Amino acid sequence: MANIFVKMGDLDRRIIFVLIALAVIIPMITNLVIPNIVGQEPSRDLYDFVDALPEGSNVLVSFDYDPSTLPELQPMAEAVVMHLFQKNLNIIGMALWPQGAALGQEAMSSLADSLGKVQYEDWVNLGYKSGGGVMIVRLGTSISAVFPTDRDNVPWDEIPMLNDIGSLRDISLVISLSAGDPGIIAWVMMAGDRYAVPIGGGCTAVSAPQLYTYLQTKQMVGLLGGLKGAADYETLVGIEAGPAVRGMSPQSVAHLAIMLFIIIGNVAYFSQKRKKGGAR
Amino acid sequence: MNWGIIGIWLGALLTLCLYSFLYRDNPFYKFAEHLFVGMSAGYWVIYTIFNVLIPNWWDNMFPEDGGFNLVWIIPGIFAMFMLARMIPKIAGLSRMALGMIVGAGAGLNMLTFFQSNAMAQVKGTIFSVAQGSAWDIFSSLILVVGVVSGLVYFFFSKAHTGFTGRTANVGITILMVAFGASFGYTIMARLSLLIGRCDFLLNQWLPTIPRLLGIGG
Repeated sequence: MANIFVKMGDLDRRIIFVLIALAVIIPMITNLVIPNIVGQEPSRDLYDFVDALPEGSNVLVSFDYDPSTLPELQPMAEAVVMHLFQKNLNIIGMALWPQGAALGQEAMSSLADSLGKVQYEDWVNLGYKSGGGVMIVRLGTSISAVFPTDRDNVPWDEIPMLNDIGSLRDISLVISLSAGDPGIIAWVMMAGDRYAVPIGGGCTAVSAPQLYTYLQTKQMVGLLGGLKGAADYETLVGIEAGPAVRGMSPQSVAHLAIMLFIIIGNVAYFSQKRKKGGAR
Repeated sequence: MNWGIIGIWLGALLTLCLYSFLYRDNPFYKFAEHLFVGMSAGYWVIYTIFNVLIPNWWDNMFPEDGGFNLVWIIPGIFAMFMLARMIPKIAGLSRMALGMIVGAGAGLNMLTFFQSNAMAQVKGTIFSVAQGSAWDIFSSLILVVGVVSGLVYFFFSKAHTGFTGRTANVGITILMVAFGASFGYTIMARLSLLIGRCDFLLNQWLPTIPRLLGIGG
């Protein structure tokens, strides 16, 4: 028995890669469904905050990511945009990351078509602007100074939904979907703490633990962490079998496989240690 | 020619080339890696010119209504200074541009960063205990004990023996729990990317094979 654990301890890492690949692929092929239960988590806090906003409020959504984090953040973007449209809130899209503007456009335009929302009346995409935190500070005094036109070069003055918007103080909520820097932290520091604008967000799972501190201090109203956060929001909004919810089944099976490997690795380690100790 | 299918096949083949590294380093992986690096560099050069330099600098120097704004020559000169690093004789000029960037960044961030990441966190930790339900208070107490014992672990002016040692042990345990949570989230992120690629291969790429072979719809 001890020999088995020793052999397991020396397992070729390529076998582990194959087993993880199978743990991901098999649930996808078999359409395995593991229910996604949403508890009292920061994702529910963000949902509740959006839900409580009065109709017609202006919500700024910053798409601060690129295709490398698409599997985690695009489902989040779609679920958030759908919720904002369902609640008849005005969406002002923008991006701190160059490719985020195109990904945001994809999420907003596809959902706007299906929900009957009109560009420039219900939603607008201002596009990408460089500068990160410095640019956010400028938004605090004048958004039109930073974005004189939208992404398609339509002048600010010709966009009806922007008529009453001057600066960040006219925004009821900023939601940053962030894959790193510049992203949520810049929004919290430069918009939330300076201009008292409520900040919500979604991020990759890697950066989630770092952002939990801002929830505890109420510097953020809610947070979607990784694919689980996206799945939570899809569930809360009522998107059936959305990409994130579908992704949670292979995610859960792969987690179980990894936990199993960690247990086996530890048992192998301690049995080898005991064997060496006995030999002495 | 269906460009959509060509794009899907390119994406699939490059994905497989990159994953082939998991077996061992090989020419397919090297090809995909170099292609990615080269294309990224080219993409960013063009993107920066058309989305940063032209709208933020060139269009301000030569406005649409005609004329020439002399003052916009200054940022242009500073930008040229940055490139001076490549010529050893005048490399020192780049320090002027870097100094400006570092100075502006430090000035802007110093107070805000301290306010958002130090003061707000300290305040949140201290005042969290005095509010909320019994569970919130218990949770806040754990937070306070965790912060204090974690700080004691990094306090090296007193030997970690006796009460200090026991507190430091609590601190390192809390830190390990935090690292574990961070590791768990990292695994989730990496698996999400793998799921995204598998989803692409299974649901977008594989269905094109029968179409190409003329089998089925």
